[in-house]
Amino acid sequence: MATETWANPTASERMAHRAARELRDGDVTFVGIGLPNLACNLARATHAPGLFMIYESGAVGAIPERLPVSIGDPSLVTDSLSVVGQADIFQCMLQRGLIEVGFLGGAQVDRWGNINTTVIGDYAHPKVRLPGSGGACEIAIHARRLLIIMRMSKRTFVETCDFVTSPGHRVNGKSREELGMPGGGPTRIITDLGVLDFDATGEAVLAEVYPGVTPEQVQQSCGWPLRVAPTLRAATEPDASVLRLLREKLDPKRLYL
Amino acid sequence: MNKLCSMREAIAASVKHGSSLVIDGFTHLICFAAGHEIIRQGIKDLTAIRLTPDLVYDQLIEAGAVRKLVFSWAGNPGVGSLHALRRRSEASSSERLELEEYSHFGLLSRLLAASAGLPFWPLSNYQGGDIARVNPSIKSVRCPYTGKELATVPALHPDVAIIHCQRADPEGNAQVWGLLGSQKEVAFAARKVIVVAEEIVSTELIRKDPNRTLVPGIIVSHVVHEPWGCHPSFVQGFHDRDNDFYVKWEDISRQPETYRAWLEEFVYGVKDRQGYLSRLETGLLDKLRAKARVCAGVDYGY
Repeated sequence: MATETWANPTASERMAHRAARELRDGDVTFVGIGLPNLACNLARATHAPGLFMIYESGAVGAIPERLPVSIGDPSLVTDSLSVVGQADIFQCMLQRGLIEVGFLGGAQVDRWGNINTTVIGDYAHPKVRLPGSGGACEIAIHARRLLIIMRMSKRTFVETCDFVTSPGHRVNGKSREELGMPGGGPTRIITDLGVLDFDATGEAVLAEVYPGVTPEQVQQSCGWPLRVAPTLRAATEPDASVLRLLREKLDPKRLYL
Repeated sequence: MNKLCSMREAIAASVKHGSSLVIDGFTHLICFAAGHEIIRQGIKDLTAIRLTPDLVYDQLIEAGAVRKLVFSWAGNPGVGSLHALRRRSEASSSERLELEEYSHFGLLSRLLAASAGLPFWPLSNYQGGDIARVNPSIKSVRCPYTGKELATVPALHPDVAIIHCQRADPEGNAQVWGLLGSQKEVAFAARKVIVVAEEIVSTELIRKDPNRTLVPGIIVSHVVHEPWGCHPSFVQGFHDRDNDFYVKWEDISRQPETYRAWLEEFVYGVKDRQGYLSRLETGLLDKLRAKARVCAGVDYGY
C-alpha cells in the first residue's frame, strides 16, 4: 500500500528531480521561482547541501524555511548570508561572472535554446503579451551553465521564437562567441518527456527519455525535426524517498508540484 | 526641517498630469497607498516607471492614469498576468498603452546612470536578442581600453520617486532592511523624493544605526507616516505578503466589471489609507503581522 503511494511521479516531480541532479555541491546558483526553486531545495536536501543560492531580489546565500511564493519572499531574507540591492546582484554577482548555474523557462524555446518570454505574435501588435525579460536576458548571457526547464508541446518547442528574449547558442546564424556573450549558454533542456542536450554546433538533441516514452512521442511534441543522440539514455526517475521528500517536506502545499 | 505631511498633501504637491513617476519596491515595500491616492486625485498621462510593475501599476492603468509604461517584467508575481496591462497592450485593444521595455539589468542601469550624474551606463548585455532591436534607446559603445563592444542605456530621471521604508525621521532619513530592490538608485535618480514610513522615529534613533539608512534626508521632499501602506505587499519585520489577495486578484482583475467594482470599493470609495484598512476582512492584519526575529545589537563604538 505505502509503496504504491510513492510511485508514479508527476511530470513536475520528474522535472524537479532531473533538474536537481544537474546541481553540484557548492555551485553558485541563480534561483528562479517555481520548479527551479524546488530543484535547488531538493539538491540541497540530498546530494548538494552546500548549494549556494542567489535570488534576483537580492538575497545571497539564502536558505528559505518555506517555499517562497514569489521571487521576493520575506523568507529569503531571514537567515540569509547577505542581502544586497538589485544593482549589486546584476553587476557584482552576474556580470562579474560569479554565477555557475542559471535556470530559465519560457513560453517558447527553439532548437538553439533561444527563449521567448516577451510576446506571442508581432512585437508591436502582439497576440499575447507576456511578462517580458526580467533578469532572464542577462542570466542567459552570463551564467556559465544554463538549465532550461519547460514542458514540451508543438506550441512551446517552436522552429523560430516570435521574439528572442534570452539568447541561446545561435541567434540569426551567429554563435555566442561571435556575438561576444561571456556565459556558456544552455547545457540542457529538461522536459516532462525527456532531456535535450546541445551538440557542438549548439543544436538541441534528444539525449534522454523517461521510461515508457519513445523518441517518436517526443518528436510529436516538438515543432522542428528533432535530432536524436546516437545513444539514447534512460532518464533517472525519482524514487520513493525523493517523492516523499518532495511531497511531504519540500512542497507540502503543492504550490509547484 | 520637518517634512511630515499627509499622503494627500505629498501627492498633490509632487505628482502632476504628465509626470514621470516611480512607486518603487521589488515585491517588498510597494506603496499601494500612494498609487491609490494618485488614482483618487484623478492625475492622468503619467509615465509609470518600474522594473516590476505589479498590481498597483495595473490599477493605475485600469483607472486611466498611465499613458506610458517603462518596465522590465510585468506580472502578478508567482500568480499570473496583469490584466489591465494585457487588455491595453494586445492587438485587439483600442486604447493602446505605450510600452518601453528593458531587462532588469538594463532598466537598473538607466537609474544607476542618473543616480551617478552620468549621461549613460555601459553594460555587458543584449548581445543577439531582440530587446535592443525593438528599443532604440539601447545603443552600444566601443570600450576605449579593450575595444570590446558594450551595450549602453541613457540616464533616466523620474520626476517623482515614492519610496516606502520601515522607519524614517521627519527629515526623511529613511532606513530599510530586507530586500532593497532599487530603492536607493531610484531615489538618487529622481528629481523629487517622497518617503513613506511604517514608523516615524527620532533623528537620534536614526543616528544610532547609521548603516541602515538607505536614503538620506537631503534628497527627500516629503515624509508620510502610513502604517500598512504596502498591503497586500509586505514589509520585512512588520507584516507578510497577503498572498491570498494576489491569488484572488487573478479573478478580480480578469473581467473589467469586477475590476471596476473593486476600484470603486477600495480606492474611490474610501477617503484615505485608514478607510481602505477598515474595509479589509476582520483579523486579516493580525494574521499577516510578522513574528519577531530581532538581530542582536551592533556596537558602533570607537
